[in-house]
Amino acid sequence: MTVPLTLLGLLEREPRHGYDLKRDYDAFFGRDKPLSFGQVYSTLSRLARDGKVVISDLEAGAGPDRKRYVITDRGATEVSAWLTEPVAPEPHLQTVLFAKVTLALLLDRPAEQYLDTQRAAHMQRMRELTQVKRTGSLVDSLLADHALFHIEADLRWIELTAARLDALAQEVRAR
Amino acid sequence: MKNALLQAREVHLSFGTTPALRGAEITVREGEILAVMGPSGSGKSTLLHCLAGILVPEQGEIHFDGRRIDRMNEAERSSLRRDTFGFVFQFGQLVPELSAEENVALPLLLAGVRRGKALTEARSWLDRLGLDGLGHRTSGELSGGQAQRVALARGLVARPRVLFADEPTGALDSLTGEQVMDLMVSAAHDEGTTVVLVTHEPRVAAYADREVIVRDGKVLALTAEPVG
Repeated sequence: MTVPLTLLGLLEREPRHGYDLKRDYDAFFGRDKPLSFGQVYSTLSRLARDGKVVISDLEAGAGPDRKRYVITDRGATEVSAWLTEPVAPEPHLQTVLFAKVTLALLLDRPAEQYLDTQRAAHMQRMRELTQVKRTGSLVDSLLADHALFHIEADLRWIELTAARLDALAQEVRAR
Repeated sequence: MKNALLQAREVHLSFGTTPALRGAEITVREGEILAVMGPSGSGKSTLLHCLAGILVPEQGEIHFDGRRIDRMNEAERSSLRRDTFGFVFQFGQLVPELSAEENVALPLLLAGVRRGKALTEARSWLDRLGLDGLGHRTSGELSGGQAQRVALARGLVARPRVLFADEPTGALDSLTGEQVMDLMVSAAHDEGTTVVLVTHEPRVAAYADREVIVRDGKVLALTAEPVG
């Protein structure tokens, strides 16, 4: 469910035509896997149906489309709630975290606070898994270790990102 | 909620012109195991040294059990460290000429306990930490993990109110480090010892009840203090 929320976040930055929105998305988040136009427009029409965006005018942008999308209060509230909520600690969440951090910096939100909240959620899960290790069987312990090593890798990424936030903010805001 | 046993309030300390602590605030509750995390140079070891009465802050207050450590003279702080606190550091820092059991018995001997009684107590701690039969070895004859368990036994033998552990697994491999942490947590919980554990390793910090982060000389509490 990251694509609709990420598109909403990009619209909070400024109202966009679908074509420009796709270009923004691909530049930040879709370098390996660009969005198809079909996915952008179908997502935007669902967001419009749910009252999270509205169409502001029918002037053409850089591309062929004429509809310009503007985020609504409901959409902005949803972006805000999503950014604030820590992601469930599990392997392979970096793309979601990465999207959150980049958007937070683009929107001038407190990215460091989000990372701290995430770190606390990760540490809490590590404490639970450590307890499993200390009280469970060897099989439980090995399973817990597998999860612990992955969560630890995320934490290292969080540390590194926190240490580089200022430079990252400069880079993403310059685009 | 348990009593605040140890507290730093608005603590400032610099080394030359380099500030290490800049208004650090922390509360350690009786019986809890608190991890103090943070990157290298963040001030976490300096904070531990202030809480333990090894360093005296330039500004701010350190409270332990109703007493102001920062107002004590060197002799008073030294006696507090010897009688009430225990220490484990990254490198065991065992006395190389002494056997494992003599190393463990040291805090008791310094407190005036008879040698025979001190050695008996030391042996029981070595047994408890899985080192039975190794009491006569010197530190050179022990593996890194064994030496660190001897250091842990020495830190706990006088039944301190607070155990200060500064990167206690920093010199050990991951599995050995976890064994040391497991023993430390079990022993501290059994004895009701409060532990202040400085580490930059999340896997080590996960053995604690909660953690705080030291960043730029200030303390961020990210998890709620324990209830109960």
